[in-house]
Parts: sequence; C-alpha cells; structure tokens
Amino acid sequence: METIKVMAASGQLGSGFSEESFNRGMSWEPDMIGCDSGSTDSGPFYLGSGKNHFPHDAIKRDLRLILLGARRNRIPAVIGSAGTGGSNEHLEIVVKILQEISTEENLHFRLGIIKSDIDKEYLKEMLDTGKTAPLPNAPSIDHNTIDDCSHIVGLAGVEPYIECLDNGCDVIIGGRSSDTSIYASLPLKKGFPPAIVWHAAKILECGAACVAQRQYPDCMFATIDQHGFSLEPPNMDYICTPVSVASHMLYENASAFKLIEPSGVLDTEQATYKAINSRSVRVEGSRFVPANQYSIKLEGARFAGHLSTILGGVRDPVIIGQLDSWLEGMEQKVRQRFVTIYGDDIQDKYRLLFRVYGKNAVMGELEPDQTTANEVGVVVEIVADSEEMVRTLASVAAHICVHYPVPEWSGLITGLAYPYSPAASYKGPLYEFTLNHVVYPESYQDIFKTEYHNI
Amino acid sequence: MPVKLSDVAKLIRSKNAGPFILTMDIMFENEEKYALVKNSNTITASSISRIYNMEIDRIDIEFFDAANSIKISIPRPHTSGSFEDSDVFGGQQYGPLVDIVVS
Repeated sequence: METIKVMAASGQLGSGFSEESFNRGMSWEPDMIGCDSGSTDSGPFYLGSGKNHFPHDAIKRDLRLILLGARRNRIPAVIGSAGTGGSNEHLEIVVKILQEISTEENLHFRLGIIKSDIDKEYLKEMLDTGKTAPLPNAPSIDHNTIDDCSHIVGLAGVEPYIECLDNGCDVIIGGRSSDTSIYASLPLKKGFPPAIVWHAAKILECGAACVAQRQYPDCMFATIDQHGFSLEPPNMDYICTPVSVASHMLYENASAFKLIEPSGVLDTEQATYKAINSRSVRVEGSRFVPANQYSIKLEGARFAGHLSTILGGVRDPVIIGQLDSWLEGMEQKVRQRFVTIYGDDIQDKYRLLFRVYGKNAVMGELEPDQTTANEVGVVVEIVADSEEMVRTLASVAAHICVHYPVPEWSGLITGLAYPYSPAASYKGPLYEFTLNHVVYPESYQDIFKTEYHNI
Repeated sequence: MPVKLSDVAKLIRSKNAGPFILTMDIMFENEEKYALVKNSNTITASSISRIYNMEIDRIDIEFFDAANSIKISIPRPHTSGSFEDSDVFGGQQYGPLVDIVVS
C-alpha cells in the first residue's frame, strides 16, 4: 500500500456533519471512517453519572450515515470513547443505538467492542505496588479515592483497536480511548510510520476543527504515505491552510509540540506545514519516540453530593461598598442557623460557598483585578448528602441571606434581589474528577477487554 | 500609543487541557505581529506569574512559530466542574491577557 486514506466524520459523534461533505469524502474512497464520541470537556457529570452528553437522536443520525457509508464501501467504521464518558455504561448506550440502526437498515457486519472500565481491586493493587504515577497537578490518591469513584476508565491506546481489526471487525465501538487511537488504528496496522500516523490522527480527531474558519462541525480527510500526510476538507466552503492545521496542535493540549500516547510521545516541534493548493496542506517532519514503559491514563469521577443554588442581585451602593464583610457576616449567620436547627453534627455534612459575579466569580483566586461593578450577582451554593437535606438547607439559607443587615441602614432590609420564586433551585447530583494518573499495565489486555458480535 | 495584546492578536483564548490543566493560546495573523510579541518581554513566566498570582515554576510557555502562536499552560486551582470551580470549560480564564501592554 503506498497511501492510506482516512476520513473523520466529525469531531464528536452526535455534534453533526454535512451529508453533502460526507458523501463527497466517501467519493474520495477512504480506507476507513472514524469518529470520536467522548470528552471530559463538559465536566465530570457525564463520566460520574453514566449519562451521555449528545441526545440519542443526534447520535443516531450521525451513526446511521457513518454505518451506511462504511458498509456501502466495505471499509471499517471506528467509533471511540463511546457516549461521552466511555465507561461500560456509556458504551451500552451507543451499542444500543447501533443495534437499532442495524435492524432498521437490515445491516449485517462483525462488531468489535472495547471495554475501558477499570476494575477497582486491580487499580488498588497497582497503586500498592507502585505501578501508578501522578500526572501534573494530580491530587493524592488512596484506596478510598478509588472506592469513592462511580466510574473509572482507562484511555485505550491503538492496541485493542488493532486487535479488533485483526479479528475482522467491520465496525468497532470503543470505550474511553485517546482520541487519536481511533484514526491511528488501521494506518498503524498497515505499517505506516508511527510519527506520520499519530500526527495525522491528532489533526483528524476534531474533524473540521483544523480548517481556517469553521462554521459548524464537519468531516476531514487525510491521505497518509511513507513520508507525510495531506489534509483536504470535503466541505468545499472550508479551506485548510498551513497555519490553520498547525494551530490545531494548540487546541486542548497543554503542549503544542508533545502528544503523549500509551506507546510513546509524538513530537511535532520540527514538523513542516506547506500549502499544496488553496485548500489542502502537506505535513511532514514529526517524530515519534517510543515509550520505555507502556502507560494508560486514568479518568475517574466521584459522586460529591446533591447541589442547590441561590441567585440574588445587589444594587445598593452602600452594600456593594462593604460587599466582602457583608457576605462574610452573611455566611457566618447561615452556618450558625444550620447549627441551631440540626446541632453541631451538621458542620461536616454540607459544603457552602459564595460566588460574586461582577467581582471575581469567573476567575476566583486567579483574578488580578479586584474592582467591583455597580451591580453584582451573588450565587450561593450548597452541597449535602441527600436531595431532601440540601433543599432544606438552601431554603433556610435563602431566608437568612435576603434580610442580612448592614450597619448603615437601621431597620429591616431586603439586600438581595431574587429573580426566582422559590429563591433556591435544586440543581441535581454533583460529581467531581478525582484521578489524574497513569497506570503501568503488563499489557493492554490487563485493562481493555474486547468482545466480538455478529450483527 | 501603548499597544495592547488584543490590538495585535487575532485570537486570545483559554480552555481545559484535561480537567486539571488550563491552557491559553495567543494567536497572530502573521509572522510580523507574532514576532513583535515574541521578541518583547510581554509573555514571560514572570509576567504570567504576576497576572495569575502563581509560582513561576508552575507556568509553561511555548512559542509555536509554525502557527504564529504562543501557548501558556497553568494548573487549574480547582478541577473542572468541582464544587469550587466556576468555569467548567476553562473558557474565560484569558480575560486579564487581553489588555496587557506589549512592551
């Protein structure tokens, strides 16, 4: 094989792509279609709760086109990080949609599934035997951290994907994976150079995100050879320029030059980006340094309680002039009131914080500018173990806050403008990311379990 | 007339690089504008350390010539979406960079 052609349907399964672009890309005869389906972007709720971000119908629309296209051209379709979080629970959501489509369209194929859930006992043993390591800014972890997680997943590398392809799979639905593994799978299996393949995969993983001015999510097309790769957007309204392609290396990565995969590190510092014509770009010159030790990145989220919020606005210059001390006093009063009702035991059973929009709510301790606007929005947040408890605490707090006094005004004041009745809103369960670590397995099979089905 | 970063950059943005790290990109439309800022003392570990009130050794800065861009990465004070966090995507943490004077 002199070249291999890979199409990314979109940056996220369910975020959409143009059917016209997709069909044009299919007419360029790709050797595989890929699409990423997961992310931690939208926060810990999805991994924590087992729910997916994009709606069922949106995923089904995208997946139907991908499946029909792939089956028509007899090429593999590879979906990674299924259902946002990529746990077994998320995987089931996407596999169920896949089965619905297959029944409706009377499709028959061999399906490979990659499970990315991490067994808690296995992880504890790895932690105890020194076979884990923290990544930058990681919290310290112990057995309790692991037990507290509602879901723990590993980010699969390319290895289980290649196993599925070796086993003749036409369609692969992977659990949590590195975004690039989806696109690196077939090219690496076919023996194309790792540096070129990983770099192409990195550019492909967000679909049309590497074009000069993306209007909406869409497809991207790469042709890989032994010396480099070229990119061309199937959407004729889009263009790739050397700068737009290079710039994509910046997106969501702590480094523009280094991309860490389980099997090694892609180094793009010496890469060159050259225009082939007005809308396609040739990339060469990156390096891939194989890892001394195979490592798998972990993601974990824990249930952190039920959350209620109270939103109130302040316009009185007298209050705004002493906002910090007013809110400190208010917070103390709220905490005292909780103790009055529930006794001292309540003190470690809830968490309370105040954010001030119009001052430093957006940046918190990172905010260098401490000026306050002429009106501010105060958000009071409370977390407690049960929905009933947090609803009660929030309702108590809302009453204390609204009438909390300032010394300058004598008599009862109403210091917060509540836009809603009731003032407090129950927000639902809160989850938090707890792991930012790698684990060093003997082999990918210690973690990632593959299953094969004839659909 | 002092030149602000927003006068010469085509895009200044911030985003999570995973739930634990925040990354900021300052992108320029041409090499000339990029070089103006790159060759100045505007974006250094010490200037970023002052703005974000963070130790110098926690700040990573990269100059990416092929993309006419500068990248700054810092640890998040709170993980994305945690109780204390107020910016799940990390999308509004570049604010103080916009008005920096290029010097």
